[in-house]
Amino acid sequence: MARAFDIRRIDRRVIFTLIFVAVAWPLIAPMRLPIDVSPPVRGLYEAVEALPPGSIVMLGADYSPDTMPELQPMVEAFIRHAFSKDLRVVIACLWPASPPLVQRVTTPLAEEFGKEYGIDYVNLGYMAGGIVTLLGMGASIPNTFPTDYDGTPVSDIPLMQDVENFSDIALVMEVSAGTPGTREWVQQVQSRFRVALASGTTAVGAPNFYPYVQSGQLVGLLGGLKGAAEYETLIDAPADATKGMDAQSIVHVLIVLFILVGNVVYFLDRRAERRTA
Amino acid sequence: MRRGVPLAITFLVGVFMLVAFFVPHYRVSAWAEELNQWGTIVIAASILLGVGNLVRVHFHKLRRRGEGWFYSLVTLAAMTVMIAFGGPWGTIEEGSTFNWLFLNVQVPLQSTMFSLLAFFIASAAYRAFRLRSAEASLLLVAAIIVMLGRVPVGQWLTRGLPEPLTLPWLTETIMAYPNMAAFRGILMGAALGVMAMGLRVILGIERSYLGGEG
Repeated sequence: MARAFDIRRIDRRVIFTLIFVAVAWPLIAPMRLPIDVSPPVRGLYEAVEALPPGSIVMLGADYSPDTMPELQPMVEAFIRHAFSKDLRVVIACLWPASPPLVQRVTTPLAEEFGKEYGIDYVNLGYMAGGIVTLLGMGASIPNTFPTDYDGTPVSDIPLMQDVENFSDIALVMEVSAGTPGTREWVQQVQSRFRVALASGTTAVGAPNFYPYVQSGQLVGLLGGLKGAAEYETLIDAPADATKGMDAQSIVHVLIVLFILVGNVVYFLDRRAERRTA
Repeated sequence: MRRGVPLAITFLVGVFMLVAFFVPHYRVSAWAEELNQWGTIVIAASILLGVGNLVRVHFHKLRRRGEGWFYSLVTLAAMTVMIAFGGPWGTIEEGSTFNWLFLNVQVPLQSTMFSLLAFFIASAAYRAFRLRSAEASLLLVAAIIVMLGRVPVGQWLTRGLPEPLTLPWLTETIMAYPNMAAFRGILMGAALGVMAMGLRVILGIERSYLGGEG
């Protein structure tokens, strides 16, 4: 005789299958749920909007492929916004895996907006050293990054003729997944060189940085895929993050249901134990 | 002598960098910048040490045919291939073999590993998140509000309600007040700890970084 379904001993493969379906289904059939914009995300948008054309912004890209699905949409949205405002972008990385990931975003966007490498944007690549590198950039960015990602001396790059240190940077957007990352940028760069700084980070890392938003040390904060989707909404360019929001919504609801069902089972078990005791 | 010289260097450099932070004189700044450059070079050199150590550990395991030796072989082979295509026989720029391998092998592998987290979190949520105490209940309620408030479905579920009752508003309030207060306390404690540790290193009280018994 087949054993009755016991919710107490639900196989984890059932949970895994439900999660798979919850992720895949909205990607195949999008629900297009409305996306509201939170104040920290609006802070970054307004900071970029306030910059005059030609200003130089820096993108600190410090993440690796594991967090790429969450952070790459932020990079894409920020560069898209910067290019649309005719801002010049300098990219610098403290994580070795970041430069090719960022390159994958910047090259098609530059083609779309007709931007020229070396004049409108530059990828300085990776430099080891963490906070030591940040302090070095405070003194001289060309000395700290003597060549770009492709090995071209920065002295041969027109855009870099206008960049000596952070006093030439109107805004830094730091997209980070860990250390060195946002915390090091706040502590070593913002507090020392008073540069306007914003951050994009994983959803699990975002709560760490709310004190910096409240103190004004971060002008904006994008937390996880939702933060990226909010930014895409603001710049009116829905892309990967917006597409992912439906899937994330369903998965979050599903996890909440799992928690509730798990607790109902827990209380039923406790009541049964009390009765037998 | 073996410990005296590093301790003296640490003391002198540490005190100088502290002074340089407060003294904006151009000569002091120039020296501080020079030392920063040295720091970058030393840290870059430590990456070579890391590579050397990785090779030594896995080579040793391969020679002994230790448990999981095949993975050591894969690690060493992958590293050799990437170094070869990134250095002596290639470049790292767009369109290169190194770049292709990175984008089409490492990126999907790492992304897949991280994606598995969603499945394990769901399973753990079902089995472990229990209302065992008042604190756990508070945590659970806050977690549910934030989980739903951080996605569009939270806004959809509470549409039409006054703003202070909507899940996005409640989420932002939790993040901006109780969460921020807790993290500010943690940050202050960590900052004090870092300062104390820095002083201990500069003054030669903390010596574990020298290796040995400290």
